[in-house]
Amino acid sequence: MKNNNIILYAAILIFGVLAPFMLPAFKVQLSILCILIVLALTWNIQGGEMGYNSFGNILFYGLGMYICASVQVGMFFPLAEWTESGGEKTFVHTPTQFFQGMAFGLLAAAIIPTIVAGLIGYAILGLRGHYFAICTLGLGVAAGEISGGIEIIGAGQGFTTPPFPEIGSLESRGQFFYFLSFIVLVLTFVAVKSVYSTRFRLVLNAIRDNEDKAEAMGIQTMKYKIIGWMISAFFCGLAGGIMGGLVGYIDSTDVAFDGREMGVFMVLMAILGGKGTLWGPVIGATLFHLFKEGFWTYFLGWQYVALGVLIVVIVIYFPEGLMGWLREKYPERFGEVVDEADRKAQVELK
Amino acid sequence: MKLNKIILSFISALAILLSSSTTSFAKVVGDKIVLGSAISLTGKYSSNGVHTQNGYNMAVDRINSMGGVKVGGKTYKFEIIYYDDESNPKRAAQLAERLISQDGVEYMLGPYSSGLTKAIAPVTEKYGVPMVEANGASRSLFTKGYKYLFAVLAPANLYLDVAIDLAVEKNGGKPVSVAMAFEQDAFSQDVRLGVLEAIKRTGSKKVIDDKLPKELNDMAATLAKVKAVKPDVLVVSGHTKGALTAVRQIAEMKVDVPMLAMTHCDAAKLSKQHGKNSQYALCASQWHKTLTYKDNFFKDGMTYDADFKKLFDYAPPYQAAESSAALLVFKDAFERANSFDKVKVRDALAATDMQTFYGNIKFAEGGQNVDKPMVLFQVMCDGDKCENKVVAPTKWASAELIHPIPSWSKR
Amino acid sequence: MDLLIFQVPILMVQASLDGILLGILFALIAYGMALQWGVMNIINIAQGDLVILGGYITYFMYLSGIHPALGVIVAPAIMYFVGVGLYKLVINKVVDRDLFISILATFGISILFMQLMNFAFGADVVLANSEFGTTMLFNNSVTLPNSKLFSALISIIFAIGLVVYMKKSKLGRAIRATAQNARAAKILGVDTEKVYAATFGINAALCGVAGALVAITFTIHPYMGLPYTIRSFMIVIIAGLGNLPGVAVSGMGLGMFEEFADYILGTEFRIGSVFLLLVLILVYRRFKLSKKREYLK
Repeated sequence: MKNNNIILYAAILIFGVLAPFMLPAFKVQLSILCILIVLALTWNIQGGEMGYNSFGNILFYGLGMYICASVQVGMFFPLAEWTESGGEKTFVHTPTQFFQGMAFGLLAAAIIPTIVAGLIGYAILGLRGHYFAICTLGLGVAAGEISGGIEIIGAGQGFTTPPFPEIGSLESRGQFFYFLSFIVLVLTFVAVKSVYSTRFRLVLNAIRDNEDKAEAMGIQTMKYKIIGWMISAFFCGLAGGIMGGLVGYIDSTDVAFDGREMGVFMVLMAILGGKGTLWGPVIGATLFHLFKEGFWTYFLGWQYVALGVLIVVIVIYFPEGLMGWLREKYPERFGEVVDEADRKAQVELK
Repeated sequence: MKLNKIILSFISALAILLSSSTTSFAKVVGDKIVLGSAISLTGKYSSNGVHTQNGYNMAVDRINSMGGVKVGGKTYKFEIIYYDDESNPKRAAQLAERLISQDGVEYMLGPYSSGLTKAIAPVTEKYGVPMVEANGASRSLFTKGYKYLFAVLAPANLYLDVAIDLAVEKNGGKPVSVAMAFEQDAFSQDVRLGVLEAIKRTGSKKVIDDKLPKELNDMAATLAKVKAVKPDVLVVSGHTKGALTAVRQIAEMKVDVPMLAMTHCDAAKLSKQHGKNSQYALCASQWHKTLTYKDNFFKDGMTYDADFKKLFDYAPPYQAAESSAALLVFKDAFERANSFDKVKVRDALAATDMQTFYGNIKFAEGGQNVDKPMVLFQVMCDGDKCENKVVAPTKWASAELIHPIPSWSKR
Repeated sequence: MDLLIFQVPILMVQASLDGILLGILFALIAYGMALQWGVMNIINIAQGDLVILGGYITYFMYLSGIHPALGVIVAPAIMYFVGVGLYKLVINKVVDRDLFISILATFGISILFMQLMNFAFGADVVLANSEFGTTMLFNNSVTLPNSKLFSALISIIFAIGLVVYMKKSKLGRAIRATAQNARAAKILGVDTEKVYAATFGINAALCGVAGALVAITFTIHPYMGLPYTIRSFMIVIIAGLGNLPGVAVSGMGLGMFEEFADYILGTEFRIGSVFLLLVLILVYRRFKLSKKREYLK
């Protein structure tokens, strides 16, 4: 088993590293895919493992986006002037400034949302079930609307992020962002995987299965809930920061706090792949991205209809996702032991 | 086993990925010059996205049927690849990348709205792909030193500042009080900047400065404030929805202002569908059919208007007209460059100096069109029939500005 | 912060009236939302899109020369069948499941609807003119478009009508029984399938009425549905399920809050403040309940 795993990871790593060179035309697509996987993986910590369906992780994503860009600009130029009048004044970053700014920006984009998660976690994570879902939805939308009124980060005119400096070849920008997102993806995956192999995951699952009992058993559920959220916030913030630089133009409700698309999609991706598993969100995000891009090409004008149908089908017929469905059909392959007599004896209640 | 499945999924993923890209078009395929465009076919900008697409398509048909584009002794036809950017800047940037790197497009037509153009411009600039855009008017697009961006329309800040000057003029040269409501998006905020500058320039006062949300539905609060404060001018800009909502609610709430200045009146089909309510409204426009510009393809404004109506069953708003003009600019540039090399085409574009039915086109360093002024028209009604009549600048005026607007009680 | 509203107190009257009238319309949509949530345990994200669809029906009547006010009768009639159809196609598979599933499924339906409407009705922003005129109060300083008054009136009529129907009619009692205990109702002979279909149909009809009113009072566009969903949703949350008078009051309260926020904080923060309010209310409730060692159910 271990050997297989190492081969698998090595294969993926190699593919990941070579991808921008093998498929140069798809660099941006792959970068976006990496970011989507990060969002799905982190959502799974709340939604899949903990049973807290969050529609508000987009809050951290958007925060990260604005913070990264603001730091990157603010370190060298007056931020208010950069965004004034929709960005009329031109300031140019030297390559060193650009990368320095990016580095500090991403650092801040990871840390500040984490702190925010820690601060509001106590209040928000005290809500259960669909109240939690709705509250987080409200958070995400409120953030988008309110940030759309804040002048210093561009308000309605948007925030144009610093353009990539003129170095290297035409491919350099794409490669830079690709590797950035790939590295963040790997970090996220490693972090999530190692968290899952500890008692932490079991606690999250316990919370999902019956929070009151877990409390009764003496587990400080609030602590774990908050830590879980902080982990998600950390990587969502990073993802947001990268996306901001990749797109080049931050709009409060359409790009940053994109609740309608990214916010809901991260949920769907995790569900499509199978929530509650490690690889589920990864596969789900990949498939989802493929479907979406496929629809956009072949069903132009009907793409949302196709996507809507897909969502309905997934949600109704495959709520456990691909991994869940595979698990049902081949439980042995997932390491579950099934008692044949037991299985036959089960009666389905209609 | 899990391993196999996962590797299988990745391989099939690769396969689907590769197959989901369209055939790589080179810049020219056979006798077709391929242009790329991300257009808002869905989402909040869909109504104007459709106007833009219709404008592009009509021009392509017209040029192709009238001898096409002559480069290097051969004749070529235009063809446009469209993708739907869903009125979302992230999507627009993604699609620009896709058009250029996956579909191999080397010349782009702009999207609808400043916000989306701002998202796409860095992409086309990076790849050195000349883009002629017809619907992104934000001044900030032209101060970034983009070499590959060319805008046929006048910048946003020039939309309504003329209205303020007019108001001051009608006020005997004395400063006026201005109330404004602008949507929270790149274009409208830029129009606001122009108005603010005009206010400063004339020493006027800004008494209400509201920012309307993108999902604007109800301006009652702003209008109630306007009624309380009684400004000399009310300026509203909120794309089509803003114009419709404003006109309806101003009529309903019987708001009396001496001058009402808006944008997107013709896109909202105000005079046709809401004539009595929109009477006397001043509208900023990039173009009007009565203007006497001419060219060899569309003849003049009136002919364009009639032809468009025949094709699409509605009168063309200026968004369509300027989109058609973009193709004329490209044709002219290709022929002058006599090459398909991006840099040569770009240089030819930069040297453009032509007249189209839409207006004169000459690009400044930053890419904006410096030779085409905005016009202001006023909705004037004769009984139940309403029309837009150009009232400013005086050179193009076909009617005299009616000022102040008669109060509702007298209408 | 714009304190104009305090300097010109009559504006407070305007804001309050606008808010109440607006809120009543929202409350109608919220009523439908509460109905399906309480009976079928479904949160319908496509609620706003159903409203817009009702609006388009009315718009077509307007285009054909029929007075759009009649839309409040025609639209719900058509929408009822749309609702039942939608139930039989999709919703019935989601009813017994987790609430969360219904959110996602209806989200899928929502984006599907939006694009279908965009395709069917075109992308223009439109409205239906009712030519109802305006009521002027307080020496013309408070203006109320009669279309808004009409909306409120119709909403109230339908709301009362629905309450009466639920109390008196057989179907109404069946619906309430199913809401209380679906299994027991089934055992006692209630056809829960029919009840669910009817409930969803009624919800769609309510949205149809609201849509007709929106087309008359505001503007409609295929992509303008979401704000209605969200507001109706918030009203139900604030009022709490099964609390009908609460829905009405919360609706009006929300409407007023929005209007005042518009004046004071600025229109650009109007929607954001509404959502922030939602978050604050939920958090407040959570802390209050946690003192009793309970949590929101």
